[in-house]
Amino acid sequence: MNTRNGLLATLRDPRYYQIAVLSLLLGYGIAVLDFGIRWQYALLIVITALVVQFAGTLYAKLPRFDPLSPLITSLSLTLLLRTDEAAIAALAAGLAIGSKFLLRFRGKHIFNPANFALVSLMLLSDRVWVSSGQWGSAALGAFALACLGFLVLTKAKRAETTIAFIVFYGALLFGRALWLDYPFSIPLHQVQNGALLIFAFFMISDPRTTPNTAIGRVLHAGLVASVAYTIQFVFYQPNGPILALIICALTVPLIDMFMQGRIYRWEQVVDRRISSTKGVF
Amino acid sequence: MRIIATLAAAAVAVAAATAVQAFCGFYVARADTSLFNKASQVVLVRDGNRTVITMANDFEGEVKDFAVVIPVPTKIEREQINVGDRSIVQHLDAYTAPRLVEYHDPDPCMRYERYKSSADSALPQSVLNEEAKNAARSLGVTIEASYTVGEYDILVLSAKESDGLIRWLQNNDYKLPRGAERVVDSYLKQDMRFFVAKVNLEEQAKLGYQYLRPLQVAYESSKFMLPIRLGTLNAKGKQELYVYALTRTGRVETTNYRTVKLPSDMDVPAFVQGEFAEFYRAMFDQQVQVENERAVFLEYAWDMAWCDPCAADPLSAQELRKLGVFWIGGQGGSKIAPMPAQGVFVTRLHVRYDGEHFPEDLVFQETGDRQNYQGRYVIRHPWKGEPSCDISQYQTEVRQRQEREARQLANLTGWDIEDIRAKIEFVGTAEAQKEPWWKRIWS
Repeated sequence: MNTRNGLLATLRDPRYYQIAVLSLLLGYGIAVLDFGIRWQYALLIVITALVVQFAGTLYAKLPRFDPLSPLITSLSLTLLLRTDEAAIAALAAGLAIGSKFLLRFRGKHIFNPANFALVSLMLLSDRVWVSSGQWGSAALGAFALACLGFLVLTKAKRAETTIAFIVFYGALLFGRALWLDYPFSIPLHQVQNGALLIFAFFMISDPRTTPNTAIGRVLHAGLVASVAYTIQFVFYQPNGPILALIICALTVPLIDMFMQGRIYRWEQVVDRRISSTKGVF
Repeated sequence: MRIIATLAAAAVAVAAATAVQAFCGFYVARADTSLFNKASQVVLVRDGNRTVITMANDFEGEVKDFAVVIPVPTKIEREQINVGDRSIVQHLDAYTAPRLVEYHDPDPCMRYERYKSSADSALPQSVLNEEAKNAARSLGVTIEASYTVGEYDILVLSAKESDGLIRWLQNNDYKLPRGAERVVDSYLKQDMRFFVAKVNLEEQAKLGYQYLRPLQVAYESSKFMLPIRLGTLNAKGKQELYVYALTRTGRVETTNYRTVKLPSDMDVPAFVQGEFAEFYRAMFDQQVQVENERAVFLEYAWDMAWCDPCAADPLSAQELRKLGVFWIGGQGGSKIAPMPAQGVFVTRLHVRYDGEHFPEDLVFQETGDRQNYQGRYVIRHPWKGEPSCDISQYQTEVRQRQEREARQLANLTGWDIEDIRAKIEFVGTAEAQKEPWWKRIWS
């Protein structure tokens, strides 16, 4: 009986779905789209992330080693980060997980780990890039991605961040199209970008680095969308959303200060008895 | 007849990547002469926000009718426009062109090896012979500056007044493609500027050029893009565009469309040597379909200091400088022996586009990818000497290889497998015919 309950509780952890969906996307990227993801690098990223998580667990004296979050971070990194250098791939994983343990404010880590690693490496090295166009814009593919992502989100019960981001960003794109007298095929093409959807469903939605209240999360999503739009269409720089998320990460503690809410814990779904007094990682 | 002519033109454009026209502008025709731009070649030199763009054109029509409206992302002045050297663009084209390599099987009875490589070169050119008078310049209220650069009369339209561009063109008897107003309007709202280039026949005669030389523009802008929307308006069907990006760090790719590597390093039957152009065109057609007509294709990515095998010598520092690669020294010892330049990475992109599948202008980014890539196709000639031993084993292996190559070719090009087999000289055919006929049905 106990085993059965334990299994059910485990399955209720949304991170299993997230890992499954991200793996599926990775498989699709490698097998169908063939955009140059090396499995050796993927493995390197996963191993480094797990090792750093383990070290962090000891450092922060956490009650148990949790492999799920670093696995999700590794998959996100593998999907978005492009580099020719193995050392950079490993460094990315180290930076991502390390940032969770070191850059913290009021019991939460400040940055989305994968986002932090991507942006800092893009700033530090010219051998790192994000291929935002490589997912193509096939409508069907976008639809499938969105649905799969949604599944993850409803399990994580924090869908409003994603929905708000898509609504705000979409509104800005369509508004721009109206202003420029564009045919609607242009904003539609822009929204159907696979990388944008991956960002919306798997990165900005991370419940651990978004504000604690629903209104706060909508506000945050709106802010990210506006900054992303500004980077992309006012300064004409690539990777608007990814850069916007890191810029806006600093506003999350501010929003939380004004809007009280509960800190999200992956574990609470699984086992209410295990809770860390040190905060959540 | 007309269909044949069109197909032939397409063949040249695809196979050799040479027959092209100016790109991002739309051609405007005086009176009723119909002019179409079907393909273009653009060299994009980019480092930081500094950009030098070279637009080579292979305009087909009467020179007096040639006029092109070019959008640029920022305000430009006279010194920013230059007329380039067409042969350098042709050299860059030849250097980056997909190549066919041939190897000869060694004598199966001996142990030695030799190979030679040859690259596709024969690149047909279209030459403009027509001379015609240019109509008088009309300086409407929208013209900020007008001057002659080489054989071109350039009219720069000022920021405020360029929204009168459409009116000005219409007043001057230029025929505008349908929908041009909307596109021009959207560019103006994004602070883009326009200039008009026409051929000055007198200057052209003085200079003695029989063709139109490429126009070059140097500007500084955070926009790393190519405006293609105007080009889709008056083109008949799809257009071919070749972009050669010259950067400091690494490969260039599009951020708003998929950039896909063309299948490369493939063994193909020996007869492809005689019809490499057809092969390449058919393969490109096929790949465009595979990607649902929505991808940009990578044909070459290489450090400009070398090549292997070389379809043409790397460009000299001097040539690169003429193309606008401003970060390399143009002088250093180049008079004695032209040295290949260091610190320049070339990316050759090939896109077939129309308004339906490419609604938005192409936006690029430079990546940190310095991996070399080339379109390379391999022919392996069977050994054809007088055998000094029993070579039936070798012949069987070669026949199997030839069959594999046939199937590979059918996959790549969509050609009929039986047609391909009919063109292949299978080795030891007499022996092969002894094999039961059914062995080849399902193989």
